[in-house]
Amino acid sequence: MDYTTIIGLEVHVQLQTNTKIFCGCSTKFNPDNPNVQTCPVCLGLPGSLPVMNRHAFDLAVKTATAINCQIARFTKWDRKQYYYPDLPKGYQISQYDLPFSHDGWLEIVINKETGEKKKIGIIRAHLEEDAGKNTHDETGRGHDSQVDLNRAGTPLLEIVSHPDLRSAQEAKEYLEELKLLLTYLEVSDCNMQEGSLRCDANVNVHIHRDGQKIATPLVEIKNLNSFRNVELAIEFEADRQYRQWQQDGMTFGAVLKETRGYDAVRNITVAQRTKENASDYRYFPDPDLVPVTIEEAYLQNVIDSMVEFPAARRTRFIQQYQLSNYDAAVIIDQGVVFANFVEHVAKICGDGKQACNWVTQDVLREMNDRKLTIEGFPIQPPVLGEILKRVNDKKITIKSGREIFLNLLNSEDLSTISVARIDQIIQEQGLSIVADSGQLEAVIVGVLAKNAKAVADFKGGKQSAVGSLIGQAMKEMKGADPATVRELLLKKLAE
Amino acid sequence: MAETLDAEKVRKVAVLARLKLSEAEIGDYATKLGNILKYVDTLNEVNTEGVVPMVHAVELSNVFRADEVQPSLPRAAALQNAPKTDGTFFLVPQILEDK
Amino acid sequence: MSIIGATTGELLSRLERGELTSVELTTAYLDRIAQQDDRVSAFLTVNTAEALQQAADVDRRRQAKQPVGLLAGIPVAIKDVLCTKGLKTTCASRMLANFIPPYDAHVITQLRNADAVLIGKTNMDEFAMGSTTETSAFKITRNPWDLDRTPGGSSGGSAAAVAAGMSPLALGTDTGGSIRQPAGFCSVVGMKPTYGRVSRFGMVAYGSSLDQIGPFANDVNGAALLAQVIAGHDGRDSTSVNAPVPAYSQTVNQPLAGLRVGIAKEHFVEGLNPEVEQTLRTALQVYKSLGAEIKEVSLPHTSYGVAVYYLIAPSEASSNLARYDGVHYGHRAEQFSNMIDMYATSRGEGFGSEVKRRIMLGTYALSAGYYDAYYLKALKVRRLIRQDYDKAFEQIDVLASPASPNPPSKVGEYSANPLAMYLEDIYTIGANLAGLPGISVPAGFTEAGLPVGLQLLAAPFEEEKLLRAARMYELATKWQGQRAAL
Repeated sequence: MDYTTIIGLEVHVQLQTNTKIFCGCSTKFNPDNPNVQTCPVCLGLPGSLPVMNRHAFDLAVKTATAINCQIARFTKWDRKQYYYPDLPKGYQISQYDLPFSHDGWLEIVINKETGEKKKIGIIRAHLEEDAGKNTHDETGRGHDSQVDLNRAGTPLLEIVSHPDLRSAQEAKEYLEELKLLLTYLEVSDCNMQEGSLRCDANVNVHIHRDGQKIATPLVEIKNLNSFRNVELAIEFEADRQYRQWQQDGMTFGAVLKETRGYDAVRNITVAQRTKENASDYRYFPDPDLVPVTIEEAYLQNVIDSMVEFPAARRTRFIQQYQLSNYDAAVIIDQGVVFANFVEHVAKICGDGKQACNWVTQDVLREMNDRKLTIEGFPIQPPVLGEILKRVNDKKITIKSGREIFLNLLNSEDLSTISVARIDQIIQEQGLSIVADSGQLEAVIVGVLAKNAKAVADFKGGKQSAVGSLIGQAMKEMKGADPATVRELLLKKLAE
Repeated sequence: MAETLDAEKVRKVAVLARLKLSEAEIGDYATKLGNILKYVDTLNEVNTEGVVPMVHAVELSNVFRADEVQPSLPRAAALQNAPKTDGTFFLVPQILEDK
Repeated sequence: MSIIGATTGELLSRLERGELTSVELTTAYLDRIAQQDDRVSAFLTVNTAEALQQAADVDRRRQAKQPVGLLAGIPVAIKDVLCTKGLKTTCASRMLANFIPPYDAHVITQLRNADAVLIGKTNMDEFAMGSTTETSAFKITRNPWDLDRTPGGSSGGSAAAVAAGMSPLALGTDTGGSIRQPAGFCSVVGMKPTYGRVSRFGMVAYGSSLDQIGPFANDVNGAALLAQVIAGHDGRDSTSVNAPVPAYSQTVNQPLAGLRVGIAKEHFVEGLNPEVEQTLRTALQVYKSLGAEIKEVSLPHTSYGVAVYYLIAPSEASSNLARYDGVHYGHRAEQFSNMIDMYATSRGEGFGSEVKRRIMLGTYALSAGYYDAYYLKALKVRRLIRQDYDKAFEQIDVLASPASPNPPSKVGEYSANPLAMYLEDIYTIGANLAGLPGISVPAGFTEAGLPVGLQLLAAPFEEEKLLRAARMYELATKWQGQRAAL
C-alpha cells in the first residue's frame, strides 16, 4: 500500500458572543427548550432585517489575525441560497467572493519529542450564520421531522485549510492546535458535543506507482463530531479510496466531488444522496447588509490586544523554564488556564522548572485521580506557590512538601486551605529543616556513639553502612535535610 | 446573453426556484420571460468597462449593533404562524434528502 | 365643514380646537369605507375596533391636556405589506392569507408613537409586484375617478383610499414607482423618500435595495407631516441612514426662491401620451410664473432603467421570497409526495402568476452562467444611471416629469403583455435605482377626466426642498381640492 493521504479541513467554529450574528437573541446552548431563543430576524419572518453583531466581527478578525491571515480592507456579505427546513430565510448569509480574511497558516507540532513543526496553509476564514437543528424520526415510521431554531443565526467562523495535511494524525494535530488557539484567544469554547466546533474533511489519496503519482477522486466527509472520529474517518476513507481505485481505476476529476457521511458505530464512511441541481447556490451580495471597510488602526488595535499564542508560549516555556519540548507541550496543550496556573506558581516560588514539574506531575495526577478541572482544583497557585517556595528556600524538604500538598488536598474542609495552614502543618509535624548545624552535630555524634559496629564496618570499607546511620539521624531530626545530614555524617566519620 | 427560453430551461429554473408549475404556465413563462430577456439584452449596448457595480442605493459601510441580549419571542409567538407544529417544534415531512 | 375630504391640517386644528373628536372623525371615515369600499375595494382589513379604541384613547388624553403626538387622532391607512402586530398582514398573497405578525414594523411604531389611528390595511399588488393592484390574490382595487380603470400600483389600495376620502393619510411602499404612479393615477400626493430615510424594518421585502416606505395624503402638507413622523434612523435596519430629520411640516409652506426646475430631454420619448406631455408643459409654465428657472438636462441612460430594474428587482425578489416555503409560516399545500414536493407545491399554489414570473426571472438572472451577463451588468448600468442624476442635480434643484407616460389603464389591459406594463415605469424607476426622493402631485386631468400626476425628483436627502417645491405648485393650482365623485 504505497499512497499518501491528502487532506484539507473545513472547520466551523461558533464564536463566543452573547447574541446571534444578526439579532439580539441569546446564543446559549439550550437544546432542551426548543424555539425559545428566536425573534422575527432569526425566524426569517417577513419584513425582518439583519444587523451585524460587532463583537462577532471583532472575534472573527482576531482569530483570522492569529492564524496569520491577510485581512481584507473591504468585505461584504452574500446570500447563499438553498432550501432546507433549518434555514428559515431560504438562504444563509455568508461570504462568497470577498471574505474578510484569506491566505494564512497555522503551525502544528508533528513530533512532540523533537518539537518538529509544519505550517498548514489556510485558504480563507469567513463569517456566516448557523442554521437551526432538524431532528429526524429514527423509528422508520415516517413521522415528521422537528425543527428547532434556537441555534439559527449563531455566528460561525468557517476556516478552510489548504490540502496540506498528509495523515489522519496530522489532521487531528491541526484540529487540536486550532482548538487550543481558539480557546486561548477566548473566541470559542470549541465544545464539540454542543456543536461549537464542527469539521468536514476533503480527502483523496496520491498513489505512487512506477514513479508516477495517481490521484483518486475527491471526497468530502461530513458530520465529524469528534477529533477521534476525524482521525478514524480519514483512515478508513483513505484505505477505501485506495481499494476503490484498485477496482475501478477512477482518478481525480473523472467524477464530481462526492459527499460521504461518517458512521461512527460501524466506523465506515457512507455515500450521501445529493441532488445535482442543488449546487447552484446563486450567491449574490445581501442588499440588507452593508459592507465593512477595515482601517489600519483597527487592525493594529487587534494585534496590540492579542494574547500570547500557544506556539509562542511553548517556545518561551522551553527557554524560560528549561523544559523539554515534550514537557512544554504537555503544559500548553492543557489549555490557557493550566498554563497560567503553572506560570502563577512559578512566579510565587521563584523556580519555573520546579513549578512545571509539580504541576505536570502532582497536580495533573491528582486532577485525573480526583476528576477535577484545573479551575476547580482545591490548591490554587497562591497556596501551591508558597509550598514550593518553602521547598526552594530549603525550609522544608521536597518530601515534606508532598506531604503538605496531600494533607491539604485531603482536608475535610477545603476552605481551610491557605498559606497559614501550610505553616501550621510544618509546625505541628516538625517539618522545618533544622538549619542549626550545632544541634544536628550533637545528634550525629550521639548516633555514631550508639552504633559502634556500623562505624567500624564503614571504616572497614563497607560503604553501605552509612545508610542506616543517616536513617537513624533523620529519625531523630525530623525536619533535617538528608543531604546536609549525609554531608555532616561523612565529615564526622572522616575525623 | 440573447438566450431564448425553451420549456426545458423554464423547468430547470422552476426546480431551482422550488416552484411547481403547470404545463400551461411553463409555456406561458417561456414566451413572456423570453420577451423580457430579449428586452434586457439592450443593456449590452452600454459600455460598463471599469464601472463598479452598485449594490446599494445609498452606500453606507460598517453598520454594527452591540452584542447585547434583547428579549426573544415566547415560543407560542414564534410558532403562532406555523402551518404544522406540536407546540414545541416546527414540523415538516420527514427529510429524506441531505443538504 | 365636511370631515371627508378635509386635509390633515384642517382635521388636526379642528381636533385641537375641540370642535371634533377623534372618535367622531374615525367613525366618519369608517362609515365612508362602509359606504364606498364595496365599489373601490381599497381595503383588505378594516381595523374598526382597534381604530376606535385608539381614537378614544387620544380623545381622552387630549381632553386631559396631556401631551399628544404629531398625528394625534388622525386615521392612517396602511399598505398590507407593513407588519402590524396582531393584525393580519397578507401582502395580498394567498401565501400569507392568514399571517399575523408578532411584531410591528418600525413605521407602525412611529405611527403609534405619534398617536395616529390605524384605520385598516390596504390592497396592493401581490408582494408589491405590479403596477395596477390587479395581481392581488383577493380583490381588484378600482380607480375612484373611473371604476373601470386601475388605481395604479402596487400601492393602489392606499392611493385609492385617500382619493376616495376613506382616509386622509396612507402609507405605501415604492420599489419602482409604487407610490408615485398610483398617486398620479388617483390625483393624490405620494412621496418616496430617499433610500435609507425611512427604516424598512417590518416592511415585507420585494427588492431590498430599491424598497422605500412613503406617505400618501390629499395635500402636500399632509404628506410632509406623515413623512416627518416615519422618517429617521432605526438601528434594526442596516441601510437606515443616521442623519437628523428636518421638521418638514414646519417649512413646507415656505416657497423656494430661485428654484431651478429641470426637465430631461430623454423623457420626451415616443410613447408619451400627448395629453400627459401637455400637462407637464403646463406645469412648467406654472413654475415659471412662480419665478423658477426651467433648465433642460440630460440623463443619457434613461432608456436602460427599465431593463436594469427588471433584472435587479426580480433577482432580489427571488431571494427575498425564498422564505415562503410552507415550513415556518405561510401557506402549506395539503397534498405532496415528500418534503421537496411540499416546498414546490406550496409555493406553486401560494404565489400568483406575476410573483412567480418575477421569481423565475430573478432565479434565472442569478443562476450559474448568467450572473455576470444579467445581474452584474445591471448593477453596473445602475451606477451609470446614478451618475447621470448626480450630474443633473449639480445644475437643478428638482427634476420634473410626468409620473407615468399614460393615464391609468383599464382593468385587464396589461394581463397579456407584462413587458408593456413594465415599460410604463420609465419615469419612476430611476429614483429607486439611484435612491433619490420623489413626489407625485396632482397636475390635472385628461379630456376623459383621468388624473395626471406631476413627478418631482431631488438629490438624496433633499426631501425638504422637494416638499416645498411641490407645495408651491399645489398652492398655485386648483387640483388639490378636487375630489373623485363616487
